[in-house]
Amino acid sequence: MRFSDAARPELADPRERRTRRQAAEDARARQAAATGELPDWEPLRESGAAIRERTLRELGTHLETLETAVAEEGGRVHWARDANEARRIITGLLPADADAALVRSDVTDELGLEGAEPGPHTKAAVVGAGFLVAETGTLVVTGRGEGLSIPGTLVVVAGIEDIVPDWTDLEVLLQLLARAGAGLPLHPAVATRTGEFELVLVDNGRTKVLADPVGREALRCVHCSACSDVCPVFERTGPRPYGPGRAGPIGAVLTPQVRGVEVSLGASLPFASTLCGACADVCPVKIDIPGLLVHLRGRVVDARRRRPVPNPELLLMRGLAWSMGDERRYEQTVVRRARWARLLVRDGRIRRLPGLLGKWTDARDLPAPPRRSFRAWWRRRG
Amino acid sequence: MSAREEILRRVRAAFPPDPADGEDGVVPVPRGYPCHVDLPRGDVIALFGERVAARRAAVRHVAADELAVAMAAMLWAREAKRVAVPADLPRGWLSGLEGVRPLADDPPLDPATLAEADGVVTGCALAIAETGTVVLDGGRAQGRRALTLIPRHHLCVVHADQIVGTVPEAVGRLDPYPPLSWISGPSDGRSLEILVVED
Repeated sequence: MRFSDAARPELADPRERRTRRQAAEDARARQAAATGELPDWEPLRESGAAIRERTLRELGTHLETLETAVAEEGGRVHWARDANEARRIITGLLPADADAALVRSDVTDELGLEGAEPGPHTKAAVVGAGFLVAETGTLVVTGRGEGLSIPGTLVVVAGIEDIVPDWTDLEVLLQLLARAGAGLPLHPAVATRTGEFELVLVDNGRTKVLADPVGREALRCVHCSACSDVCPVFERTGPRPYGPGRAGPIGAVLTPQVRGVEVSLGASLPFASTLCGACADVCPVKIDIPGLLVHLRGRVVDARRRRPVPNPELLLMRGLAWSMGDERRYEQTVVRRARWARLLVRDGRIRRLPGLLGKWTDARDLPAPPRRSFRAWWRRRG
Repeated sequence: MSAREEILRRVRAAFPPDPADGEDGVVPVPRGYPCHVDLPRGDVIALFGERVAARRAAVRHVAADELAVAMAAMLWAREAKRVAVPADLPRGWLSGLEGVRPLADDPPLDPATLAEADGVVTGCALAIAETGTVVLDGGRAQGRRALTLIPRHHLCVVHADQIVGTVPEAVGRLDPYPPLSWISGPSDGRSLEILVVED
């Protein structure tokens, strides 16, 4: 489904919109206080961006280091090419006779895993990783660590990019995540556990994202949700119209890359933005989300170019390209179109354009074109 | 091809090494953020107290010889009758208690007993001034993780010499291998009190 269609019911509910607006205002205030009080927020972001960039650039090496470190501490690593394979591996690891508890994360949502919260009697747990330290084989979660110390089976699920190379990187990541995401100096609780777990590393489209030299920057994401908190579009629509993947601005750049720009959700998400840039300003690892959106808009248009029947926008653009390709053609077109357009003017404005162009005037007026074009005026001026 | 080989192959094909990266191909990471607070020792300890209080946890500063009395007072104030303690909690800490029964976690207390306890008393591995955090690593006087997960109240003793200034200092000192619990203020409806012992 297209983003704009999915957003319509969400926009029609004034009470939900009020709640979302209030939540977003609160989150923005907390975030601004937590990042503003730190005079060295910017060097911390620089460092975080470089750590994540390094992770992606040397991903194969770090994955192998992680695998070795986990094995040395008594754990095992399993690899899943897609969601089905991941679910199959997880089911196989869990004891058949006990219900497994779940500590959710974005990747467990992605796989559609379900389960109760872990409690004192939990015998098996599936935990979505915050991130993993490759050097030491350490799992880090923001939370009290329920499920991390159970006597039974502990299955840890992570995306292949949810790792940092070195133990020292924790000092950067923990602060960035907490200040940008929760608006706190550190999360109320952070728990770690090294080795001694069954780690399931999930690809499920991530290597496709990694293969786009521009789009791969989105994989730096540390799942803090700061971009959603400041997004004017997300504030109005909430998470649902972004579809089954990640929501908010980061979802708008990841989902089209994972699911393809040919399907309606993937083709519409890059346009679900005003390109205001607030997300890039707050991102703790400096992902240029507006830049990625523009890049993906280009990919959407390129994909449409290959269709046998061009869509109206493409036809219009081809027409424009033809008339603007030659000075005389251009001048003639301007004069003719302006003459036509003036026929539509009422009270100095055009309130409604005909046909498909009418969509543009749905929400705005067009000023009446002047009698003389700029170029004509310029020539006479001399 | 196994899933492992295929994923690693996809990863390397997707992002081949750039010849411009230099011989080792390592991306440099700038570390321009501050790793130390520029304060005298006494102010670092005071900063810790302030930041703990800012996270809505009660904090008291006492001299070493007042520890037992202060702890008893804090537990009485909460009308605690039974508190869980790690088996290796220093005996002196609880010597001032009257009418409060310590439940040593040896043999391990079952979850039901922990859930009924009025609280838990532990030490910590270190504390971070800038963020008002205590970190437990399961070492001396800290016990296993479940001890601090289940009871509804946590009283944590911090010796002044355990307080470091910043998160980087803490990460530098911590051992990655034991299970760590970083606690910054109360969470999930459980309360937190910090007793800072200045020597």
